[in-house]
Amino acid sequence: MQSTETSFENIKKDFPILTRTVRDNKRLVYLDNASTTQKPNQVIDAITDYYRNHNANIHRAVYALAEESTEAYETARDKIAKFVNIKNRQELIFVRGTTEAINLVAYAWGRSHIDEGDIIVTTEYEHHSNIVPWQLLTQEKRAKLEYIGMNDNGELNLDDLDKYLATGKVKLVTFSLMSNVLGTITDSEKIIAKCKAAGVPTLIDGAQAVPHMKVDLDTLGCDFFAFSGHKMLAPTGIGVLWVRKSVLQTMNPFHGGGDMIREVHKYETTWNDLPYKFEAGTPNIADVIGFGAAIDYLTKIGMDNVRQHEIELTKYAMEEFGKVPGLTIYGTKDLTKRGGVISFNFADVHPHDVAQLIDEQGIALRSGHHCAQVLMERLDVAATSRASFYIYNTKADVDALIDSLKSVAKVFKL
Amino acid sequence: MSSGADIYHEMIVDYSRNPLNYGEIENHDVTFHDSNPLCGDSIDIDMKIDDNKVADIKFHGKGCAICMACTSVLTEITKGKSLDDVRKIEKNDILGELGLEHLQAVRIKCALLSLKVLKSALYTYLGSHLENSEGIDTLKTEAENLY
Repeated sequence: MQSTETSFENIKKDFPILTRTVRDNKRLVYLDNASTTQKPNQVIDAITDYYRNHNANIHRAVYALAEESTEAYETARDKIAKFVNIKNRQELIFVRGTTEAINLVAYAWGRSHIDEGDIIVTTEYEHHSNIVPWQLLTQEKRAKLEYIGMNDNGELNLDDLDKYLATGKVKLVTFSLMSNVLGTITDSEKIIAKCKAAGVPTLIDGAQAVPHMKVDLDTLGCDFFAFSGHKMLAPTGIGVLWVRKSVLQTMNPFHGGGDMIREVHKYETTWNDLPYKFEAGTPNIADVIGFGAAIDYLTKIGMDNVRQHEIELTKYAMEEFGKVPGLTIYGTKDLTKRGGVISFNFADVHPHDVAQLIDEQGIALRSGHHCAQVLMERLDVAATSRASFYIYNTKADVDALIDSLKSVAKVFKL
Repeated sequence: MSSGADIYHEMIVDYSRNPLNYGEIENHDVTFHDSNPLCGDSIDIDMKIDDNKVADIKFHGKGCAICMACTSVLTEITKGKSLDDVRKIEKNDILGELGLEHLQAVRIKCALLSLKVLKSALYTYLGSHLENSEGIDTLKTEAENLY
C-alpha cells in the first residue's frame, strides 16, 4: 500500500451507499460500524453473480451448477480459515452469526458438559449474546454464572478469574476479545494461560475483534471462537463458529436434518463428517460466498493497515472529543488497548436525544445500551452514545460528528 | 412526520431537565415499574388512591427527553382524576399536549412508556380490589388493547 491515508480516502468509492444523502441532502456519515458495516461493490457483486449465474444447492447434485456452487461455497470456507489462521477446515462451521455460534456451543456442548454446581465465567462487558445463552444453560442445569469484574478504566480484574478458578468448579470461561461498548481489547493471552493451567476450556466472542485487527486462532489457544460476517463487510446472516477438533468430537449435533447425516434409518442415524455434522439444512450459500469476497477485500488492504487506520482515527477523535466541554468518554485512553469504538455521554442529554438531533446532519450514531445492560449497570448509566469506525471513515467524518454536537448543545442550552 | 430537531422544542427540553411530579410516594397504594429496551428508559409510577380518585401520583426513573416530558404531562393529566377517567386516557392525550402526534415509530415507545406503566399500575390496583372474576376478564381485554 502507498501512504495509508490516501488509499483509505479512496476506499469510500467502493461503497455505493456512502455516496447517498440523507435528511435533506446531507452527506451520510456512517458511524455505527460496531453494529454492522456497509458493503463494498465487490461483496454485492459476488452475491448477485451467484444468484444470476451459479445458483444451485450444494453437496448433492452432480450437474454443472451444483458443482460450481459447491466449489464457491467451500472456497469461501478456505479463505475465511486462512484469514484467521484456522489450520483444519473441518473445524470451521458456518452459522448465522456470533449469537447463533454461542447458542450452538451452549446447546450442543453445554448440555452434555455442564452439571449441577458447575460454574461458567463470563465478564461484565459482554454483549447479551455472551450472557443470555449461559443464563439459560446454568438455569437448566442448576449451575452458576459468575462475572469477571471491570475497573473504571474498562479493564478486567483478573483476580476475579483466579478466585473462581480456585474453586475447581469452573467448566468454561467465555469473553469477548473486544468490548462492543468500550472498545477494550481483552488480555486474552493472560486469561487463556490461566484457564489452560486450570484445565478449563475458553470461548472467545470475536465479533468486534476480527473485523478490526489481525487474529490468529492457531496461536490464540482458545477452544471455541465465534465471529460474524456483517461486521466485516460481508452480508448479514452469516458467521463462523470455530471449535478445536478434539472438543468438536465430544459434541452432539445442534440441528438435525439434511446434509448433517451419513445414514438415516427409521430409529437411528449416523452423522456426517465435520464440519457438516453441524451444518444441517441448506446453508446460506450466497452469503457465504459474499463473506469470501469480503475476506478478499480485507486481505487486499491488510489487517495491520486496518488497525493502524483505526488507531489514527480514534486518536484524532479522542483529541477532538476532549475539546468539547461536558463530554465524557468511557473506557481506557490507551490506544494500544482499545479498538475504534468510542462510547460517550454529552452533559445531561440522553444519548437517544443526541442521536436523533445529529441524525438531522446525516450522522448515523448509535445510542442505547448496545446489548450490554450488565455493563451499563456497572457504569451506572442508562445508556451511552457510541461512535464506531471502519476502513471507510475519515477525519472529515469525525469533524462532522464534533460539529453536529454543537446543535445538541444549542437545543439543550449547554 | 416530525423528526429530528423539530420535536425538541422548549417544553420537551424543560420537562426533561425539570420533570413534573418527580419523586416517590412513601405510602402509595400502588406502584408499577417498566422499561423500554430501545434507549433504556426506565420508569416507576406510584399512586395514592382515595375514594376511587388519584389523590397523588409521582414517578421516578431515568429516560430520554421525550420520555421524561411525556411522563410529566401524563402525571399532570392523571392527578385528581377518577379511576374511570384514568382508564380512558389515550395516547393522543399525551402526544397532543406536546405536539408529538406524528412522532416517528422508533421513538413512540419512549413517548408512551409512561402510559403503559400508568395503565399497568391502574390494572394492578383494580385487579387487587375486584370482587368478582368477571371484572378480571374485562381488565385483561382492556390491557391487551392498550395501544
